[in-house]
Amino acid sequence: MNLSLSIAKTHLLAKPKQTIVAMLGVTFGIGMFITMVSLMTGLNDFTEELTMSSTPDIRIYKDITQERPSILEEVNPDGINLVHHQKPKNESQKIRNAFQIAELLKADPEVLGAAPQLSSRVFYNYGPVQLNGVIAGVDILEEDKLFDIQSHMKEGNLQSLMVSTNGLIMGSGLARKLNAKLNDRVVVTTPGGFTITLNVVGIFQMGLGEIDNIKSYASIQTVQKILEKDPSYVTEISIKLIDLDQAKEKAKSIEATFGYKAEDWETANSTFLTGAIIRNIMTYSVAITLLIVAGFGIYNILNMTIFSKMKDIAILKATGFAAKDVRDIFIAQSLVIGIVGSLLGLIVGFVLAYMISLAPFDGGDFVSMDTMPVSFSPVFYIIGLVFGIATTGIAGYLPSRKAGKVDPIEILRGI
Amino acid sequence: MKDIILKTQQVNKYFYEPQPFHVLKSIDLEVYRGEFLSLVGKSGCGKSTLMYVLSTMDTDFQGQLEINGDQLAGKKQNYLAKFRNEHIGFVFQFHFLLPEFTALQNVMLPALKLGKYSKKEVEKRAYEKLDMLGIKEHAGKLSSKLSGGQQQRVAIARALINDPVLIMGDEPTGNLDSQNSDNVFSIFKSLTRDFGQTIIAVTHDEEFASNTDRIIEMSDGEIIN
Repeated sequence: MNLSLSIAKTHLLAKPKQTIVAMLGVTFGIGMFITMVSLMTGLNDFTEELTMSSTPDIRIYKDITQERPSILEEVNPDGINLVHHQKPKNESQKIRNAFQIAELLKADPEVLGAAPQLSSRVFYNYGPVQLNGVIAGVDILEEDKLFDIQSHMKEGNLQSLMVSTNGLIMGSGLARKLNAKLNDRVVVTTPGGFTITLNVVGIFQMGLGEIDNIKSYASIQTVQKILEKDPSYVTEISIKLIDLDQAKEKAKSIEATFGYKAEDWETANSTFLTGAIIRNIMTYSVAITLLIVAGFGIYNILNMTIFSKMKDIAILKATGFAAKDVRDIFIAQSLVIGIVGSLLGLIVGFVLAYMISLAPFDGGDFVSMDTMPVSFSPVFYIIGLVFGIATTGIAGYLPSRKAGKVDPIEILRGI
Repeated sequence: MKDIILKTQQVNKYFYEPQPFHVLKSIDLEVYRGEFLSLVGKSGCGKSTLMYVLSTMDTDFQGQLEINGDQLAGKKQNYLAKFRNEHIGFVFQFHFLLPEFTALQNVMLPALKLGKYSKKEVEKRAYEKLDMLGIKEHAGKLSSKLSGGQQQRVAIARALINDPVLIMGDEPTGNLDSQNSDNVFSIFKSLTRDFGQTIIAVTHDEEFASNTDRIIEMSDGEIIN
């Protein structure tokens, strides 16, 4: 094997141009793979993190749109009943004993935190203009445990929400639209017609337009007041789990225990997750295509090399090299091309990915970012290396096997 | 008593393409140690085919082949490759050196393959062989940069590197001018005289043949003389 390797080396060095071209094929394939997968994964991770930071792992609420048996069926269960287009009952969205449920959930070792809250659609009045939005009544310290609001605060602080009666922490996009600064007053109107003036005690920026542009936090009491509800009125409980992947199972058991609808994050974000899967499929299929093309390049070059080296192969076999030795010579060549090409590809990929991560990129109103998010996970580099070597190994093996089978007499006689 | 180095019994060979053709007809041959043998005959008489059978590269024949006491008919390719490496040296008409390697490397390759000596010793031995053939000063040159006569001598040095019992030549002087041809011939002669090696050479050159120890003449697949 050692001898085969040194012969392979001499062959490769004797035709540097051809060797470099073959290597560049692999380098380009692997480099593009690394670049694409870094960028795609970076984007996926970034959006996933944003989404996860703003949605609870499990959300408990009362599902009033659930189908219910019609009153006719209750009265006349055995008859043929026809009820057309039944409307939901006018039910309260209140979760009974929400604070006790939250306490029970907090005692569960799998649960990181549970925060009861209620929210309402409201209009923010800005002079004659009314802006649509949402106001969430939360225990701000519990909410901070779940969503790390503290680190997203741009102005003011969380604690002031607890000391001021009519305080409000506002999303940065909303504050900009309302031209509201810290300690400004904002007039809020509920769909029920209740109007209240609230104090802006803080401004947060989660980084996701759909939250920053519409959402504000107030205390539970404040929201209960503007909705004109009693102090136990809570419409949902947000839960963070210790292990994110348990959400689906846990949601089912919570639903069974407490009788309220529990929705896990995967169901809530299914569109986003599908998007991520499709992006991954595209990345890998493009990268594999590039590598297969590089593989064909190596196959061709090796085939040509072997064809031009028929005489050499014949003489090697005549002087005592077995089929295996001859095969090893050419496999070694393709593997050297594969390994060196792949390593160069990893470097090229890393440099490109790094340059992309430096390039300024404005996410606009939708997401707040300054540069493209890029992932530098070592897993991709390992995949790239394995892929590159495997492709060149296969592309090299087929012509090499043929070289091993060359019949020396045919060549030696043929002259 | 002469020592038999190569012996064939009833060797028959057929070509099937394009038409069935009986190339070698019941060849019985004995070659003795230290003999310089030439194989002559018209084109197509089967002398090259016989040589390839004797060289163990062609295994598609019927009959017995024994070299240096080893029965070789029906042996596996890998075994035969190893056997050739150790016991048989080749010199071809068109010298067939590996063009990317230096003269020295070309000579060293079969010995490195054999693995009997360390790389240093192999290099020393290769230098000795090149020196014996008078081309030591060209050892470091790429073989493709050498003249035809020089290349042929490098090829002979390569054939000798493992001290084979048998050296086979397919028109070893066919491509050389008379001076180089004489040169090669005298090298062969001294190998058989002084080193006890056996040489079987296929040739068209009557002068070359007439100076060898024994001439085997073939016609239509049979030994006639």
